[in-house]
Amino acid sequence: MPDANDMDLVREFATQQSEAAFAELVRRHVNLVYSIARRCTGSESDAEDVTQQTFLSVLEHLEGFRGEASFYTWVLRIASHAALKIIRKRKGLNTVSLEEATEPSDSLASIPHPEFIADWRQSPEHLVERNEVRRLLDEALTRLDEKHRLVFLLRDVEGLSIQETAVALDLSEGNVKVRLLRARLQLREDLTRVLGDPDRLLVRSHHHHE
Amino acid sequence: MKCEELLAMLNEYVDGTVDPAVCVEFEKHMAGCNPCQVVVDNIRQTITLFKDGQPYAMPVQFREKMHNTLRKKWKEKFPAK
Repeated sequence: MPDANDMDLVREFATQQSEAAFAELVRRHVNLVYSIARRCTGSESDAEDVTQQTFLSVLEHLEGFRGEASFYTWVLRIASHAALKIIRKRKGLNTVSLEEATEPSDSLASIPHPEFIADWRQSPEHLVERNEVRRLLDEALTRLDEKHRLVFLLRDVEGLSIQETAVALDLSEGNVKVRLLRARLQLREDLTRVLGDPDRLLVRSHHHHE
Repeated sequence: MKCEELLAMLNEYVDGTVDPAVCVEFEKHMAGCNPCQVVVDNIRQTITLFKDGQPYAMPVQFREKMHNTLRKKWKEKFPAK
């Protein structure tokens, strides 16, 4: 079974009702789902809810999975919906759709310009070891709008392609790209305000460089 | 290339998917515009920092709890087995 790929296991589940195959699929993906859910919701108990709902839903719908996307992308699609639902419920919103429609803010023309521009005092390799940096990253993530947050987590942290991220979030690829750019720029802005060297703060001149 | 145009191409440049001709323009702009150069560095560092961070570990009690929940659901779904 360790040699079987995910689709082999899905087929084994479907044809033989193999609980072992299902358990192996859960084992392979549960840690990453939990970790994304934890980062995305910013809460341990919400992350547990998202993770459990995700795999209950996987069990319920696995027969219907035809391998249009990879199994992992499909699982992340379920997990993303579950995470958004919880985040929006907490915010008192009832909408659960990932809003396919392009919003006005999703155009490139309205991308905010970088404001706080400075070299960082330390390299990421040094920073990543520090506990307070982890907290800083989590806080920066929770300040992102959830629809930008998920795009960033799937694309830049999980390493999904633009196309896979679009599938997982029911978005167009163009929409994924704009949201990713917004997420990256806002995180950069946030982190640089803390990690940037104020002595090396650069002021962007008002004329446009050609 | 202007700063705005650079901003619009930032993802493609950082991800290495930018068209080679645009890449030359991009780098030419950066060579003469220190703020843009630093923004690109910052963006790369931001991504690295998140990517290389330790994933969160699942609490052991939760792992057991979920395992039991899934077993129960399995038995409901496949009562014969």
